[in-house]
Amino acid sequence: MNVILAKEQLSAEVFRMEIKAPEIAEARRPGQFIILQMGGEYDERIPLTIADASLERGSITLIFQAVGESTHRLALLEVGDKIANLLGPLGTPTEIKHFGKVVCVGGGIGVAPLYPIVEGMKAAGNEVKVIIGARTKELLILEEEMKNQADELIVVTDDGSYGRKALVTEPLKELCQAEKIDCVVAIGPPVMMKFVSLTTEEFAVPTIVSLNSIMIDGTGMCGGCRVVVGGKTKFACVHGPEFDGHQVDWDNLLLRLGTYRDVEDEAHHRCHIGLDIKEGEA
Amino acid sequence: MHVTIEELDAKAKELLVEYEGRALKPRERIQIPLQDMPSQDPQERITNMEEVALGYTEAQVKAEALRCLQCKNEPCIAGCPVAIDIPAFIAEAAEGNFAKAAQIIKESSLLPSICGRVCPQENQCQLPCTVGKSLKDVDKSVSIGRIERFVSDWAREHKAEVVPAVGEPTGRRVAVVGSGPAGISAAADLRRAGHDVVMFEALHKAGGVLVYGIPEFRLPKTIVEHELKALTDMGVEIRRNYLVGKTRTIKDLLEKDGFDAIFVGSGAGLPRFLNIPGENYVGVFSANEYLTRSNLMKAYDRDLSRTPIYNSHNVAVFGGGNVAMDAARTAKRLGAEKVTVVYRRTEVEMPARKEEIAHAKEEGIDFLFLHAPLKIVANEKGKVNGVELIVCELGEPDSSGRRRPVEIAGSERIHDFDTVIVAIGNDSNPLIEATTDGLEVNRWGNFIVDEETLETSIKGVYAGGDIVLGAATVILAMGQGRQAAKAMNEYLASL
Repeated sequence: MNVILAKEQLSAEVFRMEIKAPEIAEARRPGQFIILQMGGEYDERIPLTIADASLERGSITLIFQAVGESTHRLALLEVGDKIANLLGPLGTPTEIKHFGKVVCVGGGIGVAPLYPIVEGMKAAGNEVKVIIGARTKELLILEEEMKNQADELIVVTDDGSYGRKALVTEPLKELCQAEKIDCVVAIGPPVMMKFVSLTTEEFAVPTIVSLNSIMIDGTGMCGGCRVVVGGKTKFACVHGPEFDGHQVDWDNLLLRLGTYRDVEDEAHHRCHIGLDIKEGEA
Repeated sequence: MHVTIEELDAKAKELLVEYEGRALKPRERIQIPLQDMPSQDPQERITNMEEVALGYTEAQVKAEALRCLQCKNEPCIAGCPVAIDIPAFIAEAAEGNFAKAAQIIKESSLLPSICGRVCPQENQCQLPCTVGKSLKDVDKSVSIGRIERFVSDWAREHKAEVVPAVGEPTGRRVAVVGSGPAGISAAADLRRAGHDVVMFEALHKAGGVLVYGIPEFRLPKTIVEHELKALTDMGVEIRRNYLVGKTRTIKDLLEKDGFDAIFVGSGAGLPRFLNIPGENYVGVFSANEYLTRSNLMKAYDRDLSRTPIYNSHNVAVFGGGNVAMDAARTAKRLGAEKVTVVYRRTEVEMPARKEEIAHAKEEGIDFLFLHAPLKIVANEKGKVNGVELIVCELGEPDSSGRRRPVEIAGSERIHDFDTVIVAIGNDSNPLIEATTDGLEVNRWGNFIVDEETLETSIKGVYAGGDIVLGAATVILAMGQGRQAAKAMNEYLASL
């Protein structure tokens, strides 16, 4: 169980891992996530969205960015190693149906969980345009895979080192201006999802976002992941992680994501000592 | 003034010289003073996570057991949810036959080391105790729970426990969903009958609320591990990291995976909030989250644990139950200078056990009774910096029989706090209900079951513990696990 079948470094900080997990592979749907814990008494539980799955190999694929202590340690595992604890699939799947014209927007590592949604939306007969963005060329992932699925792929980088020099919201706005879009799905940093939602609100395009709030158990038990949607408290782990972007209280989400920032900055600093992973450019 | 275990032991030894080894009249027995539970010095214990109550010494347990009148009508047994033969085990304990005493308990209760610690005995077996009645004080009843704890700890430490016999294989497979007290007791009784039993647990550690909820200082996790090992020694398979309702549905287990029956003991896993303004500010936690970080994830060990816990100085805990006490006492141990339990009623109406309230007070926890929170306020960074509280007075009794708190208009005021822990109970977790067609639940989401058999609206699917009862106790959950297992064993035999 949970043996790493394949591992690939996609960019300075981003890794792809294929993990043997037949039951999760069978049950998972686009938009769902897992929680993993590396074993032992002291490791934390971290939620990661499922990027892909294979029924034939009985495996799921995770794509993650080594941003914290636990993801750095995860990145050190090699093919053949086991992940002690893997729970899933969690959360409510994406509503995949025939909308018509769909735009999928992915930023940074958020491009990974967007991939199965693009695949699903395409399979449901939608016209799917995809916008993917990253801070810089180095951090861009899944360009080829997206190109193979999307009717149109637009690539942007913040610094212009690859593709168009823009934020994802710029081409999104142009697409919304050019024709009637029926649904937008956005996954990426919360600030990106916030501005995507503000952009589409102007055009009244329904917008689905995937929220990555702080979580422990992932089953509804702790309530740490609560977010405010439409003025009501929701638990991202069971009611989400996907919500109507126009209803999300983004400022509250951003505040809550910073709950442990002081503690984590210290740990992040500590975790780089002795690990052979290069710090990203940020 | 803190009395040490050595002092308590010395006093008990003096009593034994006077009373042991001769026939005692009931009047003499009643005269023997109640043995106090030795505990860690409060000043010391707020700096560690180790167990607060140290357990009786051998002399104390004998002295306490001598207080039992061995009543013919055995009122204590009627007060026990699992009907342990209490007078019989106490008689053995008085004689120093601790292994025998432990064995008597095990016939009825699977988790005596745990129940001896966390059962609310003052509302159960000790409530109708004749000694307490004679002395007109339930707190002076025979300390049945403490004796239970001693003898079962003794049996564990002396490896004198009897492994329950497992019956001939029946070829039937049973799934137990959840590894808390309800699941553990159901699994054991189902396995004893010879069925294959697989227990599914969502978290990476088994034990349910015993592991994530109840703190180490009240229930050492090594004891829970020991009880779970007893289960696996009997041949029960425990599958962790498996969320029934997500990894597999109830229907999958029955139709694809070949289980003949299922017991659901998934607990009360959806924390309730007050729905007051400011409840999502940074620094507001459910008690579940706060306790899970500390207990399951070991965040109290700030050096080793990779799970962070909030740095708090001045904590408000909303609620008056045992969970509120656990959260308050945990916050104190994690370094908060000031911890205040805010409760709408008075101490008399608090649902927490007296012993837990007393322990909290000894540890310097403050109590603000007759105060209700109206809103939580925060600084410009969204971090909690206060709570607006309104003063209440007690009105007429409500449906729970407790006097209803009535807010006094104009009495609201903002109090300084940097952390809020909400400990006002749980709703039932919707995951299984949402993925199981035909499963009937009441308006709180609790499973509706047959009173006798605890069978749900789906044939072959039974349920017990908090998912049926709402938030209740370990012993009631255990009792339901056993009750369901009995009906399930009959059902499986009929297939």
